[in-house]
Amino acid sequence: MLRIDCPVCGLRDETEFTYGGDATVVRPNMSEADLEPWLSYVFLRNNPRGAHKEYWHHVQGCRQWLIVQRDTLTHVIGDCVLSGDAPRNGPAHET
Amino acid sequence: MGRYSAWSLLSNAMTRQRKWPRVWRNPAPAPRYEAIVVGGGGHGLATAYYLAKEHGIRNVAVIEKGWLGGGNTGRNTTIVRSNYMMPGNTLFYERSVRLWEDLSRELNYNVMFSQRGQYNLCHSPVQLDAARRRGNIMRANGIDAELFDRDTIRRRLPYLDYSPTARFPIQGAIYQGRAGTARHDAVAWGYARAADSLGVDIIQQCEVTGFIRDGNAVVGVETTRGPIRAAKVGLAVAGHTGQLAARAGLRLPIETHALQAFVSEPLKPMINTVISYGAAHFYISQSDKGGLVMGGDLDGYNSYAQRGGLPMVEHSLASAKALVPGLSRLRLLRHWAGVMDMSMDGSPFICKTPANGLYLNGGWCYGGFKATPASGWCFAWMLARDEPHADSANFTLDRFREGYQIDEKGVGPMPNAH
Repeated sequence: MLRIDCPVCGLRDETEFTYGGDATVVRPNMSEADLEPWLSYVFLRNNPRGAHKEYWHHVQGCRQWLIVQRDTLTHVIGDCVLSGDAPRNGPAHET
Repeated sequence: MGRYSAWSLLSNAMTRQRKWPRVWRNPAPAPRYEAIVVGGGGHGLATAYYLAKEHGIRNVAVIEKGWLGGGNTGRNTTIVRSNYMMPGNTLFYERSVRLWEDLSRELNYNVMFSQRGQYNLCHSPVQLDAARRRGNIMRANGIDAELFDRDTIRRRLPYLDYSPTARFPIQGAIYQGRAGTARHDAVAWGYARAADSLGVDIIQQCEVTGFIRDGNAVVGVETTRGPIRAAKVGLAVAGHTGQLAARAGLRLPIETHALQAFVSEPLKPMINTVISYGAAHFYISQSDKGGLVMGGDLDGYNSYAQRGGLPMVEHSLASAKALVPGLSRLRLLRHWAGVMDMSMDGSPFICKTPANGLYLNGGWCYGGFKATPASGWCFAWMLARDEPHADSANFTLDRFREGYQIDEKGVGPMPNAH
């Protein structure tokens, strides 16, 4: 059982959460017309064996999206922040 | 190495079973081969076998970081079937079942392939309609499929829950009679023995740490036992494909996820077939030793840990109990996990890569074990002839760029949902 330290609700079981996948993937700007960035965004993943930054949705708690640091080999969980508080590193939320 | 036969059994009995020869050699790696297959599981060993047998390429090394069949070959629930309906999958998996049917004779090794049939249960009229469509597509491709109603299923599988309180009442099932199970370890050992006898070097405890490059071409591998060169290098390391491909500079449409399997304490013969639950992701059969072999969903998050979490144990066993109420007091003997290459459309890869001389076999998701013979057959074809076999021609990396995903389940690019 993974236990995720939700910044809002505290330490909770993984069964309260839904997994949202790799959080390093950034959606291209909507005006992007080239195929490659979209191919990469939708389909390609780094799939690391080790440190992984990932989305979890606290769907049976505060319903916030979180960004969690977790090791894919040991399952050790590190930092956990609200997705909205995480620094943006791409154009994902620009209009 | 002699052939196994009634005579070899008898003569070795006379010498008190002390003179059986080693089943395969344990050679030191040569500096150069014609082709290298990375990964000593079923797929890699089958590839090497068919390279030697069908294409006459015997100067081949299979390189394995651990021991033969120690990965997903020995961690699956051993189910073999070909009930696929998407073009690109259908004929490939049917080729596999046909190879399975003759495999023990082909390898002179008993892989205990038992065509005990497989039921996919349906729990709503809509699901039954979808099953009918799938069955018709299968039959149009020459694959056996039958549709059964509730009464027939009740007569054939009397131990399922048909009570008025069943959460998901059974409406019928689609059945493939030629489906079944096989002994998974024997598949790895049988292919290894047969490949070795044709001259293939099987090199265990030798991890590939990188690739030897010549411009854009891959011309060999760096290993923990030194560099080994070859004009062609094939990867058959499902579970760790992404990681190994990254060392060749490739980023793939694959995530690695853990999938669990379970075995109960042994029972007297009870379930003489393979049953898949249609309301949850769950499947059950009974091994020859009597244990019920069960499998369920992925744990759901990226994982390279070959062990599973308890929530999925509970979920799978709840499915078992909902399907077969009589199992409620049965105890679990063992459970374990394998790590899967989960591709973005749930279908595999047997293809070239952007690096010349580097070939990819991976992305098997849940379906690797049943695919073993056809995967080896088609991958050997590709390595030998440098072109895809017709049955695996759609298993390319480019299908995502071109919009031809083979999404059997229709869930989109969600690796943990296939």
